[in-house]
Amino acid sequence: MNDELLTGKLVKLVAVNPEKDADRFARWASDSEYSRLLDTDPARLWSIQKSKEWLEKDQEQDSREDILFMIRNREDDHTIGFIGLDGIRWNHGDAYVGIGIGEREFRGQGYGTDAMRVLLKYAFTELNLHRVSLNVFAYNPIAIRSYEKTGFVIEGRQREYLRREGKRWDMVFMGILKDDWIRIQSA
Amino acid sequence: MSLDKSLYQGKLITLASVEPEKDTEVISGWTHDAETMRLCEIKPIRPLSPWKVKKILETTEKEADEKRKTCLFAIRSQVDGRLIGLVQIDAIDWVHGSGKVKIVIGDSQDRRQGYGSETLRIILRYSFSELNLHRLEAVLPEYNQGALGLFAQAGFSEEVRQRQAINRYGRRWDLIFVGLLRGEWRVDISAV
Repeated sequence: MNDELLTGKLVKLVAVNPEKDADRFARWASDSEYSRLLDTDPARLWSIQKSKEWLEKDQEQDSREDILFMIRNREDDHTIGFIGLDGIRWNHGDAYVGIGIGEREFRGQGYGTDAMRVLLKYAFTELNLHRVSLNVFAYNPIAIRSYEKTGFVIEGRQREYLRREGKRWDMVFMGILKDDWIRIQSA
Repeated sequence: MSLDKSLYQGKLITLASVEPEKDTEVISGWTHDAETMRLCEIKPIRPLSPWKVKKILETTEKEADEKRKTCLFAIRSQVDGRLIGLVQIDAIDWVHGSGKVKIVIGDSQDRRQGYGSETLRIILRYSFSELNLHRLEAVLPEYNQGALGLFAQAGFSEEVRQRQAINRYGRRWDLIFVGLLRGEWRVDISAV
């Protein structure tokens, strides 16, 4: 048995705490680069109050289709981002993963990749999913590279899906099958 | 400019409003046909009562009015006005200019009669020259060859193939995303 289900090398995944995490989400959202890497919705600002209501709603719903974790740095216990599954299709064993590293100094250092590895372990060994999907914007090659490191492959691209800074960009779809994941573990 | 050319009328069918009072019995009937439902829905299917169908239609209509992220039409026969199917532009993203097309032809007897392709021609014109979208997509399980052919014929190309994303009929199938850009839309075949 593995009691380290939610722990990786650099990070661990912990519960959302609306009281404490609301101000983080509000602060992260005020970083427009973060918003535009994360979401197709137009970047906007969120009050702490509004963030708290959103997180409380997420926790109250106790949804069977969405699971949200905070990413905590093991070294100093600071919360650096979030990762979660949404739109879990239990009948097909598929779900979409979303991740954001809100604290800028932790980007590009392997924390997100580590969090994704933990999330995949959870998705395949606890939720027993058959595959995990994600989409990522074509102007975010650093994220694409990170996802590839954890075993995701590109499954296609929706051409010219996004319009930002006066240009059209593709929406890139990636996926990983449980079989791919098992192969990586034993490699 | 072709304001005189109806946005809604074809030769075989016309797009019309959905009438929750009138159409619910027919639509409820479709939901009792598992084959039909598995062609148009990847969530677990279940039969819906006319009451439940009416609730869903009313919610969709309310959302269409308030959020403007969806447009739902009834597909009716030009001959006798009977309800043949439904067509929807859903998940409209106004900022980026995209939408998702969904077409249901409810009765298996009505498939392969040209209703679907005419509906698609009409909804493409509506999407590109009324909604002014930049692109459209449709998401189809690999086993829905009829729909894949229909969209390919209208100019859609395969953009994404999510491997083994669908578990049905005792095996795994890919989930296929097809897309059409406004620039690829062929007005000639849209001349209804």
